[in-house]
Amino acid sequence: MTPDSPPSAAPPSAAHPLLAHTGAQPTRVGAAFPGQRAVFRGRDLHRDLRDHHWLGLCALAVFGREVPKAQLDFFDSIWVWTSYPDLRLWNNRIAALAGTTRSTANLGLSAAEAMSEATIFGRGNEYRAMDFLIKVQQRVQAGEPLAEVLTRFLADGGRLAGYGRPISTVDERMPLTLAKARELGLDQGPHLALAWAIDDYFAQQGKPLRLNLGGLVSAFAADFGWSPREFTMFLFPAFLAGMHPCYLEALELPAGARFAMRCDDVAYEGVAPRPWPPAA
Amino acid sequence: MSEPTLHSTIWQETPEPDNPFATQVARCHGYDVYGQMLGQARWVDMVYLLLTGQAPAPLQARVLETLAVALANPGPRDPMVHAAMCAGIGGTPAAAGLMAALAVGAGQSGGARDVYLAMHAWQGARALPADAPLSQWLETLLAVHAPAWLGPRDAGWPTAEHPAGLDPHSPVTATIVRQSLALLSEAGPCTQRLHEHIDTLCAQAGMGLTLVAVAAAVMTDLGLSPAQGEMLHLLLRLPGAAAHALEQASQGFKRFPYPPVNLLDDPLHQGTTS
Repeated sequence: MTPDSPPSAAPPSAAHPLLAHTGAQPTRVGAAFPGQRAVFRGRDLHRDLRDHHWLGLCALAVFGREVPKAQLDFFDSIWVWTSYPDLRLWNNRIAALAGTTRSTANLGLSAAEAMSEATIFGRGNEYRAMDFLIKVQQRVQAGEPLAEVLTRFLADGGRLAGYGRPISTVDERMPLTLAKARELGLDQGPHLALAWAIDDYFAQQGKPLRLNLGGLVSAFAADFGWSPREFTMFLFPAFLAGMHPCYLEALELPAGARFAMRCDDVAYEGVAPRPWPPAA
Repeated sequence: MSEPTLHSTIWQETPEPDNPFATQVARCHGYDVYGQMLGQARWVDMVYLLLTGQAPAPLQARVLETLAVALANPGPRDPMVHAAMCAGIGGTPAAAGLMAALAVGAGQSGGARDVYLAMHAWQGARALPADAPLSQWLETLLAVHAPAWLGPRDAGWPTAEHPAGLDPHSPVTATIVRQSLALLSEAGPCTQRLHEHIDTLCAQAGMGLTLVAVAAAVMTDLGLSPAQGEMLHLLLRLPGAAAHALEQASQGFKRFPYPPVNLLDDPLHQGTTS
């Protein structure tokens, strides 16, 4: 391949489909030319994007397009009030435990971020909540009554995301989020209205399934036209600021001190002592 | 206010009389690990015991040991090992290499999620009536997981592109897969049936079988759940990742491939090679 050769998506095809993907790697997302320049999604990073805000650059990375400033500001604010340096939170706890064993900060924070893709909170919750809201909206728009959609969802064994909260039934971040959305003029979307309609439905049914922050922000993301995958990738750093202090404070304590557990702190509930090797 | 307590049916530790944090006796599902198992139990005995709560029968231990050898090294071409080698070559901490291997080896095409989905398919196949026709068995195993509503374990995963445990790029089943399947077919009815009908299954799918399918059948025969199988697959493939990461670290980055890219969207030059 020479600099003058026309670009192509892949080399000529051969017998095995993967043969076309060996060797030089075609890409549209960018490349680094050491000592010269870097290209980021079709733009010169140091010429065209050097004054870009970092969050906007992350959004450009995820969406492949510029995201309106109001939408970025909205999530920037939400991330401020979802950054809880509470060492007991499961993901933060990883950072704290990494500190107590004197592991590195990057290892602890990376694992804590990976763990934030949980089922009952974080990325897994929002991904499913958004998928749920988009699908319900499609069915309602197609003429199905909301109550029927929800009844059938639950009857088919559907497990709801975005409603309920594992620890507390009152989410202190909800009013802040709604106020910010109003301030930025982002609160009139159809998925947000649907999210509240679902909340009303469950309240009337007496079910403990009230809209939680994950469901609320998922509704906004759906109204912004984002996909669940785009949303989950964009949200990656959401909890990050709460993790650093947990690691650092554990470092200040004696090694092994954070979450120190005595043998007796584990309540054993298994079978009684038995001899090894087991009887045949 | 009482102290927080962790609950476990797996592990019981008795403290030393003069140190509440030091272990005098550790029992795993009732067995004295350091007093009785050590020196007598094999590694696979311990792994099986930890996952299932039971010591394996001799056949189960033999099968698990064979599977562990078959899975130990996916080889340096495998994306999981490639990831670990990137960590090795860059001089990142050892754990970063294994974390990288786990993240990549978790995948839905050839990784642990593939095992998870294949084991779900096996659960469906096992639930079929004994006199169900072969076609129904094949259909169950070749179904592609596409839930109408995402379940708790579905979030984030890309849409499945092929039946679990199969090679979407080739109708050929590699010799090493056939060798593994032949040796492991004693594991139980799932593996045995897979061995018996491998050619029919592959012909129907138009795809070759992978080691994932063998591992999934074996683990199902071992009585593991899909979640246990997923975890065990991640674990069993780590030794190769570790070894190759260390090897590349010792060789230096100049001998590690850094292929050119064909930049298709370059603001300066079209088709520049970097």
